Amino acid sequence: MANKIPRVPVREQNPAVRATNFEEVCYGYNLEEAQLEATRCLDCKKPRCVAACPVGLQIPRFIEALRKGRLPEAAAIIAEDSSLPSICGRVCPQESQCEGACILGIKGEPVAIGKIERFIGDWKLEHSEELPPVVAAKNGKRVAVVGSGPAGLACASDLAKWGYEVTVFEALHQLGGVLVYGIPEFRLPKERIVSREIAEVERLGVKFETDVIVGRTVTIDSLLDEEGFDAVFIGSGAGLPRFMGIEGENLNGVVSANEFLTRANLMHAYDKQYDTPIYVGQRVVVVGGGNVAMDAVRTAKRLGAEATIVYRRSEKELPARVEEVHHAKEEGIEFRMLTNPVAVLGDEQGWVTGLRCVEMELGEPDESGRRSPVVKEGSEFELACDVVIMALGTSPNPLIASTTAGLETNRRGCITATDEGATTREGVFAGGDAVTGAATVILAMGAGRKAAKAIDAYLKEQ
Amino acid sequence: MFRIVEKRLLAENIYLMKVEAPRVARAALPGQFVIVRADALGERVPLTIADMDATEGSVTIVIQTLGVSTRKICAMEVDDMLADFAGPLGRPSEFVKLPLEELRKRRYVFIGGGVGTAPVYPQVKWLHERGVDVDVIIGAKSAQMLIYTEQMAQVCSHLYITTDDGSAGSKGLVTAKLEELIAAGNHYDECVAIGPMIMMKFVALTTKKYNLKTTVSLNALMVDGTGMCGACRVTVAGKTRFTCVEGPEFDAHEVDFDEAMRRQGMYRTQEQRAAAIAAEREAGHKCRIGLDK
Repeated sequence: MANKIPRVPVREQNPAVRATNFEEVCYGYNLEEAQLEATRCLDCKKPRCVAACPVGLQIPRFIEALRKGRLPEAAAIIAEDSSLPSICGRVCPQESQCEGACILGIKGEPVAIGKIERFIGDWKLEHSEELPPVVAAKNGKRVAVVGSGPAGLACASDLAKWGYEVTVFEALHQLGGVLVYGIPEFRLPKERIVSREIAEVERLGVKFETDVIVGRTVTIDSLLDEEGFDAVFIGSGAGLPRFMGIEGENLNGVVSANEFLTRANLMHAYDKQYDTPIYVGQRVVVVGGGNVAMDAVRTAKRLGAEATIVYRRSEKELPARVEEVHHAKEEGIEFRMLTNPVAVLGDEQGWVTGLRCVEMELGEPDESGRRSPVVKEGSEFELACDVVIMALGTSPNPLIASTTAGLETNRRGCITATDEGATTREGVFAGGDAVTGAATVILAMGAGRKAAKAIDAYLKEQ
Repeated sequence: MFRIVEKRLLAENIYLMKVEAPRVARAALPGQFVIVRADALGERVPLTIADMDATEGSVTIVIQTLGVSTRKICAMEVDDMLADFAGPLGRPSEFVKLPLEELRKRRYVFIGGGVGTAPVYPQVKWLHERGVDVDVIIGAKSAQMLIYTEQMAQVCSHLYITTDDGSAGSKGLVTAKLEELIAAGNHYDECVAIGPMIMMKFVALTTKKYNLKTTVSLNALMVDGTGMCGACRVTVAGKTRFTCVEGPEFDAHEVDFDEAMRRQGMYRTQEQRAAAIAAEREAGHKCRIGLDK
């Protein structure tokens, strides 16, 4: 029988303290807490959580294994469907996936599936030396993977396990893609988690090459024709940051969230030892309501600025994870909902002095089902600030599509691929944000694994 | 890691470095650039390519010490390893794609200002090797600050030198030399100018008068150099463009140079402060009043 205790609370860094540092916000469960939380699971016959997980993780099974203290087994059950549990446990939007579907959530609080997954993932990283990787004998086939983000890592690890010789090409100087340049340290520790997850992939025999920009340094065709790869997986990620197209957007002090976060995360601009500068100012306004907006605004706060979110819909529509919004509020971030910028204001030298905004109200639902915001007449006002960060999503990077003949893209410029990851070019597969546009880590990882299966099937036919 | 195979001082604070980077060397075309990071703590610095040798597997860059990061790179010696050397980035010069017969009918004038003379060289060399007629104007503050004059002379039809103080070539600005050449009856189909933003702005204003098609290579601020950050955005023909993936070369008559110059200064005060702190540290000074906090 399931234990009818309330959800086991998770320990977190004090908001007042953490708003001034980059240490991880959430400490996660220890074994005792994780096992206690595991006793809450009803072990449903038809587990709704599994159906709601983009990769179909066998949630009740790993929870049961944990409850019984069989940690290697719990880790192995997760590994059947996910290669990055420590990461997904931290960054998945559980409230709209597994936990959102948990039956306990109807009357009370759902099982803390994300926190349990994170605990098992971290345990596995701690004990990786006792768990030797199982790798099939080399089959002599070579696969090139473009991008070392979640899609590429997932695809590479599966293929390596099945005996393929895999090389991952990364454009930046550090491996991890969005896990490194995008998601901040306080949400996803780089050394303790990301680097170790990548080390696990390396243990499978995957080779990594940094500073290789596919589409420039090499091309898809040169990888296939000159470097002797039998197939390619493109997991190159999202792309170019979007701007609003409003007046004053090129003033000094307006940056994309990608730039701001890359300076802070990848380039460690917040650490004085590093050479890369970052401009934070006194008052920062972040435009947008997704996870990237939350990451940017909380980074700005940690760097000492007064930080505000401006979002054109209401709080209910915020696409960010509920936990991030909650954490941001605890840290003293100001939220201005139903507000939309119309111009960035600047001084004579061309530096930002403020943001002219209008108030919005929700009208009829649009094609996405969300009520679309409409401008309130005569509601214009000005917000004083010296930095504006645009967190409005991205449009696809043209580098690979424009240098690969026969690789089709859709209307939005994303690479066209089937659910299994096959593109319009034989032997070329793709998945993750490069195909879907900006989405989540788990979807990218899932796409990488599906493509690995398709590549395996394709190369077996050859 | 990328080994430095050659280092030379070309002029005060201007160094040439040849770096072992076979993949970049094989792929690089005129007009492209690389991103260089000296060490694990370093900034990603965009630098235009001054030469490449696919057989040797080397790429040459020319750097002027301007801030902390360029100074760090220039302090490295032969056999030292650069942490990163990524590229080639940006689109190659437009002329690379023109059919040879058409190209050979065209006459080009290149203008290199200061350290910007270095990236002019591979373009002129590329055209020269294909039998295209190219004149080159090199401008510098003084004779001591001139670079690449000998190499350039070997790959162009006519080489003209101008210095601000008249210590070499003719005294005056590159724009005056260009007008003089046009007045003397030289017809050019295209002008390519690479140098300080202010020089490129004035070249654009000058050639506009003669309706001479002009291309400039913009040295905007960048972080990743692959289109991800948008730090390098410039306004060209009223539209926001990303220098790293859509440039670095643009139609000079459409570039908003004033905005581009202002945007280059975005991190200047911070960079200058960082440079001052680094210099102090180098001199063994430990700050006691908290300026390095």
